[in-house]
Amino acid sequence: MSSKEALSAKTLLEIYRKALLIQLFDERMRSLISTGRMAAVYYSPRGQEILAAAMGVNLKPTDYLVTTYRGVHDQLAKGMPLKLLVAEYAGKATGACKGKGGAMHITYPKAGIMVTTGVVGSGLPIANGLALASQLKGDGRVTLCNFGDGASNIGAFHEALNLASLWKLPVVFLCQNNRFAECTRYEDGTTIERIADRAAAYSMRGVTVDGNDVQAMWLASREAVERARAGEGPTLLEAITFRFMGHYFGDPGAYIPKEEYGAALARDPMPVCRARVLQAKAASEAELEAIAREIQAEIDEAVKFANESSPPDPAEIDRDIYAPGAPA
Amino acid sequence: MSTTATAQTISFTDAYRLALDEALASDPNVLLLGEDIGDKEGGGVFKVTKGLSTKYGDHRVRTTPISEQAIIGAAVGAAIAGMRPVAEIMLMNFVTVAMDQIVNHAAKLRFMSGGQTGVPITIRTRTGAGAGTAGQHSDMLEAWFAHTAGIKVVVPSTPADAKGLLTSCIFDDDPCLFIEDSLTRALTGPAPPPGHRVPLGRANVVRSGGDVSVIGYGRPLRDSLAIAERLASEGIQVEIVDLRTVSPLDTDAILKSVAKTRRAVVVHEAPRSFGVGAEVAARIQEHLHDQLAAPVLRVASRDVTVPFAKVLEQEYLYKPSAIEAAIRRTLESRAAR
Repeated sequence: MSSKEALSAKTLLEIYRKALLIQLFDERMRSLISTGRMAAVYYSPRGQEILAAAMGVNLKPTDYLVTTYRGVHDQLAKGMPLKLLVAEYAGKATGACKGKGGAMHITYPKAGIMVTTGVVGSGLPIANGLALASQLKGDGRVTLCNFGDGASNIGAFHEALNLASLWKLPVVFLCQNNRFAECTRYEDGTTIERIADRAAAYSMRGVTVDGNDVQAMWLASREAVERARAGEGPTLLEAITFRFMGHYFGDPGAYIPKEEYGAALARDPMPVCRARVLQAKAASEAELEAIAREIQAEIDEAVKFANESSPPDPAEIDRDIYAPGAPA
Repeated sequence: MSTTATAQTISFTDAYRLALDEALASDPNVLLLGEDIGDKEGGGVFKVTKGLSTKYGDHRVRTTPISEQAIIGAAVGAAIAGMRPVAEIMLMNFVTVAMDQIVNHAAKLRFMSGGQTGVPITIRTRTGAGAGTAGQHSDMLEAWFAHTAGIKVVVPSTPADAKGLLTSCIFDDDPCLFIEDSLTRALTGPAPPPGHRVPLGRANVVRSGGDVSVIGYGRPLRDSLAIAERLASEGIQVEIVDLRTVSPLDTDAILKSVAKTRRAVVVHEAPRSFGVGAEVAARIQEHLHDQLAAPVLRVASRDVTVPFAKVLEQEYLYKPSAIEAAIRRTLESRAAR
């Protein structure tokens, strides 16, 4: 295991670039929705960028991803093309899912994005199946399954972790603990201090990490992915983070104490990571500004593409219910 | 049909096993998942998978923990990744534990992904009242799934169909729910040739007749055949349409038969209200209202929880005599027309 290896300047910058893409994309989507230029059900990942990006650089394009409705950071970190993503949000025929799934069900197998579920906890049993297929075929792929702290209280979590451990599946369960299950505080729904401690119940490796610490998250992700790929079984990796924009877009977040929110915002992982990039001389201020401009241009182009695309043909309603050619 | 298998006949259990055996032999992507299905556990509570884990290995015939969500979820995920998993849910009432995986995921992922992913899984399950298994081991729940787009619902009425339909389900590119009858697993019938497939979504006219159409599947469909033989001696010619696939429903075959007979009785074991019979009756009247010589009648079980005590269980179940009575009722207006 090369786990003692320090995060190189090159990888640090790669992570920051992914995280910045997530941050800028999220800002743009919120701006489009709040000004009525887009109608989409949207769950902002603001505050959870670093953990997704630090995991993302450890995955191969062929690895599988399962995520949830709050999953745009995971999808972008996995290589989701922006045009197909924005067009899907906008419900256009050119969207990744032809406008039939929307923001909560982004799917793009070409980048390994296999399932985005709108049901809390449902992704875990499916991730096992993807990993089982890889194990049987010996294709060397790893499945990353993302979910939140709330999902660790649903029955599917228990069934899936038990089975993954029993069959030693090449899967990483990444629990993004953002301290709130929808609008309920972590402590008001969960008695155990650390979700990763639940791994012991399944003889599984459990690790808790500060998901907002780029070095720690990168290392923990790398270890979990490498172990899964080497056939050493699954990991329950708990990444502690914070959700800045509430549960749903427009959620006033009155249930979050002001001091807690303020303290979390003061530790916003994005400026912290940026400072780290500069400190490590991975890039200069000017270079980071150029990267941001480049990303904004990509987002501009994707939004333009979505705006100029047509909505689906109404006849599309009858397609994709069954495979082509099947009697209906 | 009888209950003694010969070289030319097979039982329902043989039919299921043969279909699984041939599928495992012909396609390395076929994979079996379920509780107790390995030979170490006796080859399944109903012995359907007996011998298969020994023949194909524990990695392809996988005994699972009692975790229905995990079983269906694993099947869904493996299917998206190119496998053809066959998941066994021991009894149909236990599908309730896995409804999210079946309804929200297996059935919908193809549509929600715009056709990028498909879920070619088969869920084998079994059920049926009459053996005193009461309210949580006997329900026929096919209507729930027929009400969900994207999943096919299949109920075989003969061993040959059981083998041919199960084979078609396994190699179909969409999720299929295959419902076996708990009570008649030892019942035998003519053996189909190896590799036999019965197309999904197509009904089968198992008996021709010009007076009245009986439309259904499973146990009451078989009862109807005996009733039809008896009525033939009275000069009443009953046509019997075995739906084979409940969803998607073969509307064309139903309408073709009823356009000829102008009378229809729909039969199923599931409770009457909001059942498949209601849908079949509705489609008939939507298309053939002015051609019908009698109201479309339904014969089904009572709208209550399946009871335990024999006398109550029989009170719950549809009665073959009710099928005959319904046939006669549709013919009461015959003289007038």
